[in-house]
Parts: sequence; structure tokens; C-alpha cells
Amino acid sequence: MSTTPHGTTHRATLRWQDAVVLSVRDETPTARTLRLALPTARPHLAGQHYVVRLTAPDGYTASRSYSVASAPADGFDDPPAGEIELTVERLVDGEVSGYLHDVVEPGDELEVRGPIGGFFAWSGTSPALLVGGGSGVVPLMSMLRQARLTDRADLVRLVVSARSPAELYYAAEIVGPQTTVLYTRQTPPGAGRAAGRLAVADLAGLVRGGEDVFVCGSPGFADAATAVLVEAGVPVGSIRVERFGPTG
Amino acid sequence: MATTRGFFGRSRAERDPRLPPGQYDARGDWPVLHAEATPRIGTDRWTFTVEGLVENEVSWTWDEIHALPPSRYAGAIHCVTTWSKFDMTFDGVSVDTLLAAAKPLPSATHVMAVSHTGYTTNLPLADVTDGKAWVVWDADGAPLTTEHGGPARLLVPHLYFWKSAKWVSGLRLMDHDEQGFWERNGYHDRGDPWQEQRYQGD
Repeated sequence: MSTTPHGTTHRATLRWQDAVVLSVRDETPTARTLRLALPTARPHLAGQHYVVRLTAPDGYTASRSYSVASAPADGFDDPPAGEIELTVERLVDGEVSGYLHDVVEPGDELEVRGPIGGFFAWSGTSPALLVGGGSGVVPLMSMLRQARLTDRADLVRLVVSARSPAELYYAAEIVGPQTTVLYTRQTPPGAGRAAGRLAVADLAGLVRGGEDVFVCGSPGFADAATAVLVEAGVPVGSIRVERFGPTG
Repeated sequence: MATTRGFFGRSRAERDPRLPPGQYDARGDWPVLHAEATPRIGTDRWTFTVEGLVENEVSWTWDEIHALPPSRYAGAIHCVTTWSKFDMTFDGVSVDTLLAAAKPLPSATHVMAVSHTGYTTNLPLADVTDGKAWVVWDADGAPLTTEHGGPARLLVPHLYFWKSAKWVSGLRLMDHDEQGFWERNGYHDRGDPWQEQRYQGD
């Protein structure tokens, strides 16, 4: 495993390796998923991330962290061991995300290291409430996929906030009995809920008590969601937060 | 090191020599990154304690720490998530002043910075002495906001910013190194941005 029971990342996972881009797939107009083949398979926990490093001919480098979207490979067909999927949001003027959107194509090699992070990681065996905004849904998708693949979908409840239907990541796959989708700006026709931010009423029936809560999104989303969760009775100590900063 | 096909990066002609390797200038932004819910800590019940291998365990209240000689840091900060910020000012008190009151024992070699949230981060004692570290409550002339660690945070600007513990509640002096929160999760024990000590083993 890539992490010890205490969540420590092994040094081996921090060695750089040259991944091969197998395929690219658009999730939304501003998000795309890269499937990578790793020379050395390093099993990850749902919620962990990889660092991608780009090197220019003069030695200049730029690296950024991206969450793994695919489920931990535990003998499943998709993805097989040694393959991971990273979903990359295109940021305005993003040096790395711009490259990963505009230039990279199947067959390219990308230097990566990981998986990294033992705190924002789900064991796969205990109840979890997942709350994601925008691109913050990526590590939570890994958790949802794992839950479904292991027939433990009952453990997971996912609340995902998106600005509009066009901006919902993994739109075809993410929906299901585990998932509540909230639109903040524009709703699909016939939606029962008006467009608006996450509110306490949206969590009705979703908080069971005793679960681990994973919140991921922009700093503004993370703080707003945390406040709503606490208002809904979730103990603050059970909330783990991953904030996506504007890191290009 | 293999180059990445089709990647040339931003123009290095305008790269600021104050930027450590792999960092970019966040300019007007001050990104927020922490792993726990943002806490609300009232200054009425805020305390800062120096304990462990010291002659005198000392605690300061908000008013007491403000009565100590003020100290300012002006300069850059560097986050491991690759942003840096220049020309910032932070006001507070030097860690030297706090340690002078507590009197570290000769056996003390490391400190664990502890936060009101339970966050921890480890540092060599030498990285928080001789004018290298502060407990600060103002940033750029205004009270430090909660999201940036207010009411007060540790400031160790020559190391990556996760060492500058938000919502800091004290320092524990130790005679050995011991890993804090991010360090247990794979981040480097020292975190020198000029040596790109981001993760364990770098």
C-alpha cells in the first residue's frame, strides 16, 4: 500500500516516474480527465493526489497537484492496476493546466509522483459524507467510485455543488441514489430546487451521525460548506477539508 | 531530467530572482490552504504557551503578549503549493522574546508548534531563533483574518508556509525531532524552499 495505517506516505511514492498519457476526455468545457499509465503501480487511497511536473528545454520546471479521480485499483478491470485518472480544471492563465488542456495528447510522457496525502483519504470501509463544489468533486468521485465498485455504496453520501448542468463533472456517472446535486446559478428544466448555495435544508436526511465528512472545493466553498455542516449538527472535528487554491 | 514535449513555461526573462525554484508570484492573491475547518477563536480566551524543555513554562493572554516589545517581518512568504508572495509585512512579537522568558534548557533541539485546532508542525529550534520566527497578529497593517490563521499565527518565513502554523497556541520544546501533521502525511521535516524540500526524501 502507498500509505501506512497512520496515513504516512511512503518515500517510494515520492519518487518521480514517467507516466504515459493513454487517453484524454473532456468532462466539462473547462475540465478534462487524463488517463495515465504508471511504470510502477502504486495503489492509492481515494482522496489522495499526484504531483505533475513539466520541464522546459532549459530546465525550468512547473509542478501542480491533481487529485486522483479513479477508484483505487483493487483488482477491478477499470482502471487496471498501474493506471490512474487525474481530472484537471483549466484555470485562467494556468501555466500547467493550460498545457494539460491545450498541448498534451495520448502518447505523451508526463513526470508524476504520488500518491500523496493521508489525511484527506477515505478508508473505504466506514460511513462518509462527501461535500464537493466545482472541481472539488474530483477526489470525492474516487471515493464514490470505490464505494460502488466494492458494493458499499450504502456507506457514501455525496452532495455536489455545480454552477450549472454544463459544469457538473462526471455528469452521466455521478448521479444515483448516493448523490445530491445542487445548482448554484442555473438549474436544469423541471428542477425541484431553485438555484442557490448549499444550505442546511439540503443536508436534511443526509447527516447520519458518526460519519467522516470530506469537504473539497475552493476556499470560499469549503468555509461556507463547513459552516452549514456545523449548523446541521456535524461535529467540527469530524470534518476534513481540502481547499483548492488558484495554483495555476 | 527529461523535458516535457511542447512545454516551454512562462518567460524566464521576467522571473523574479527572489522566487525559489518551482514557485510563482501570487501577486494580489493570498491563497488559503488548511486541512481542518476554519475555527473561530476569540481573543478573550486566546493564549500562547511555551512549554516542554524550558526552565519556566510561560503562558501569555492576548493582552499580555501585546505588551511585549513589538517586532515586524517585511518580506516574502513561500507556500509548498507553489505560490510565493513578496513585500508583505507582519507585525507581532519575535519568538526570541518568548523563548527568553521561558528559557530553553540546553537539551532542547527542536520545537513542535501547536495550534488551537490541534494542528502541529515540527521545526529545529535553530529555525525559530535569532530573528527567524514570529508570532504575528497583523498582516499588511490589518488584523490577521481567521482564514489566514487569526487571531495569531506562527511566522517562519524562510521555510515553506505550512511551518507557519495558523491559530497557533504554543511551542513545545523537545530534545528530538518528532513529526507534525503534514510531516506525518509525507511533507518534509524542514521545508527549505530554496532546496525545494517539499516532501519527505527531497
